[in-house]
Formats: sequence, structure tokens, C-alpha cells
Amino acid sequence: MNTFTIYKREMASYFGQLTAYIAIFIFLVFIMIMTFAVTQFMRVGDASLQYTFFYWHPLVYVLLVPIVGMRMWSEEHRSNTIELLGTFPISVWSTILGKYFAAATVWLVALILTFPIWITTNYLGDPDNFVIFSGYLGSFLVCCSFLAITSLISAFTKDQVVTLVVSCFVCFLIYMLGFDQVARWVQTLAGNEVAEVFTATGVWDHFRSLNVGSFRLQDFVWFATVISTALLGTNFILKSKRA
Amino acid sequence: MIEVTQLCKSFGSKRAVADLSFQVKKGEVLGFLGPNGAGKSTTMRMVSGYFPPSSGNISICGVDILKQPELAKSKIGYLPESAPLYDDMTVKGFLRFAAEIRGLRGASRKDAVERAIETCFLQKVAHQSIDTLSKGYRHRTCLAQALLHDPEVLILDEPTDGLDPNQKHEVRELIKNLGKEKAILFSTHILEEVDASCTRAIIVDQGKAVANGSPSELRAQYGMDSLHDIFRKVTTLDTAS
Repeated sequence: MNTFTIYKREMASYFGQLTAYIAIFIFLVFIMIMTFAVTQFMRVGDASLQYTFFYWHPLVYVLLVPIVGMRMWSEEHRSNTIELLGTFPISVWSTILGKYFAAATVWLVALILTFPIWITTNYLGDPDNFVIFSGYLGSFLVCCSFLAITSLISAFTKDQVVTLVVSCFVCFLIYMLGFDQVARWVQTLAGNEVAEVFTATGVWDHFRSLNVGSFRLQDFVWFATVISTALLGTNFILKSKRA
Repeated sequence: MIEVTQLCKSFGSKRAVADLSFQVKKGEVLGFLGPNGAGKSTTMRMVSGYFPPSSGNISICGVDILKQPELAKSKIGYLPESAPLYDDMTVKGFLRFAAEIRGLRGASRKDAVERAIETCFLQKVAHQSIDTLSKGYRHRTCLAQALLHDPEVLILDEPTDGLDPNQKHEVRELIKNLGKEKAILFSTHILEEVDASCTRAIIVDQGKAVANGSPSELRAQYGMDSLHDIFRKVTTLDTAS
């Protein structure tokens, strides 16, 4: 119940200011430019949306997810409202989850607003809608992972800019780790085993497998691990900051 | 109502509060005095449950704040030192949010918000965005937040800081009135406030209680007529320590 109260406040804050609109707008514009201009969706005729549409999502998230998430705790530290939250009769977890779900909802809205491309694909071709759904799920999970990481980093500092830069950097590392070219480069440098570790640690492999509609257990384990570790870390940092 | 025993708090090697014990009963207003850096805010943050003490016990209406933090916190109204608020909300929106967090719903929430707005004279700014408020209004909005759920215990960290003389007077009267049926702990370094609204005062210095008693008791004990003189006698200058 308290989680929901916090959630409502955060939602009002996201949509009462420009943050959410800007992030959603830039996301949509960027994705559309990439899909139609760079990877030429219309010419390629990629009905699974895998190489022209979803391909760009993680990269955009690296830049945009921290913009939505950076105020999560940094702003509370800066304005000292964390002291109010800390003396309200609610648990730390209900605030962490309330804030996290609210930020995730912003991205859910952004993803839902890409529906025209789904309609277009169905109008022009005969796509496997299950694979598209799976692609959306993968995309949302990447987003949630980056958001959890941003939450953890913003718990450290009251400086939103620091949160933004460090979160972008960490998300970019996770993004690059599993990237094909990086994997190949690591392979020639350090051998197969190390390359496999890189691939398994990075986000790319897990995102890709959901893109093609294969529900592998390890992917869900990866996402669940990243999200829960980052949120547990957030809880730990917030508690130790108060001691 | 508030029972604090042998409270200690260290930040690293720095001792902020050392072996502090006091009680505030229902109907009492305890003034918490001391120079800057004496450990007043640290103590209040511990009593309000914001952070735990290094050692010692705090009980609010018989509930241990370390063992049952949520239950204990529900009995407290707390005004933090800097009067923190969510700048992106309106006064009323913020109070509604705080009331909901306190478990108030529907009509009882509406009544509580209206009552708090009235008590703290916020009618004029109720629909205004918090980031446009003057310091006095910010302070009173945060005070209103502490009164919403009609708590048995009030902890106010410098409630008159930044207010003009009229507002100061009003807040003092408010504290005095509320003190009749609540236990109030408030900190200040304005000594006139002790006479104006406290039933008892504690002077802390370097984390220790150096004087404790009603204003008249303190005067008798030190044989001085002015609380200022007593304050200067029992506390150390921050340049001397």
C-alpha cells in the first residue's frame, strides 16, 4: 500500500514535469530515425523487427534510462527529503520499489507508444507476433536492468550529474561486453573461454535471444540477478548512508 | 512518552552524542538547547528514527524505535531542521501524500489536510507549488506535515528558524497549545523561546547534557536571572574546544 503511495507521487512528479515527456519523445524520435533511416526498415523488410528496430534499443537505453533514473535518490539526498522518507512509518523497501516501478512505468509507456511500427509490420507483412512480443519483453527487461543500476548509483550521491555520467558509463560497459565485435576481439586476444564469460556477462546475448523469441532460462536468470542485486545494493547503500 | 536512555552516537572517531538521557512526558514541552554542533539535530534524528544510535535506547510511548520502527514512527510527528519538501508538488498535494503515507484515507485524510492547513495558516498558499514558497511558508508546510496524523509525540528541530517575529510568536503559541496534550521535544538556540513555551529545558554541550530543569529551577540552581548567562556558563565556545 505504501509502495503504491510512493509510486503515485513519483508518477505525478515524472509526468508533472518535463522529464518523462522529453525522455519518451527523444526515445521515439531516435528509434524511428534509426529504424527507418539507418537500418532502412522499409527496404530490408525485416518482419521480426529484430535487426532494424529492437537492435537499437539497448544503445538508446544506455543514454536515456539514466536521464529518467538519475533523480531517483540523488534528488532526495540533495533536497534532504530522504529525511522525511526515513521518518515516515514505512519500510525502505516500499520507497525503493515505489520509485523503481514508477520509473519503469515511464519506459513501459515509451515502449507502448512504438505500437505504430507493430501495426505497420502487420499491415505490410506477416510477422510472428509472438517473436515481436518477446522482443518487446527483452527490450523492457534491458531497460529495467539499466534502471536498477541507475537506482543503485543514484543512492550514492546527491549530484545528479555524477549519477548520470557514471550510470551511462556502467550501462555502456554492460552493453559493450557482449557486443559481437567486442566478443570477437576478446576471443582473438584471450581465447574462447574468456570471450564466453564476456558474452554471458553483457546484456547483448540475453537481449538477442529474447529478440528471436527463444525463452532461455539463463536470460531470465541474468535479468533477475542484475535487477535484484542492484536493488538490494540500493537498499544497503541507503541504510548505510543513514547510519 | 519519549524515553531516551544513555544515548551515544559516533561518526567515525567523532563523538556527536555521549551518554544522553532524558524523558518527555505527556503535557510537557522540552526545550533542547545548545550551541551549534552540540548534537541537537543528531539527537533528534535518532529519536525520530532517521538513523540508529551507536548505543542506548529510545522508546516512544513504550515502543522501542529500534525493534518496531514503523509502529514507533507512526506515533511521531517530525519537523527536520531544513524543512525538506518536494518542490514539484503543491502544498495541498504534498500534505495529501504525507497523510496517505500516514495511513489516512478518504474523508479522514481530507479532514486531516484541512485541519493542518488551518493550524499552520497555509490557506493562502494551499494550491501553490512548493518551489515558489517563501521560507516561512516552507517551514510551516513542513510543520503541517508533522501535525497531520495528530501524533502523540512531536519532534521539532528549530521550528522557528527563518520565521519573522509575528510567525515566531504564532509558532510558539502553537507549540504551547499543542504541548498540553502531547509530548514535545524541540530544539532552538533562541533562549526567549524557553520562557515562552517550554515547561522544561535541557542544555547540551559537546553531546552531553550539562543542565536540565524548568526555567525557574535553572535560574535557582545557578543563582542567575538570565538564561543567557546560564547558557554561556555551562557551554563551551566552539573556538575553545
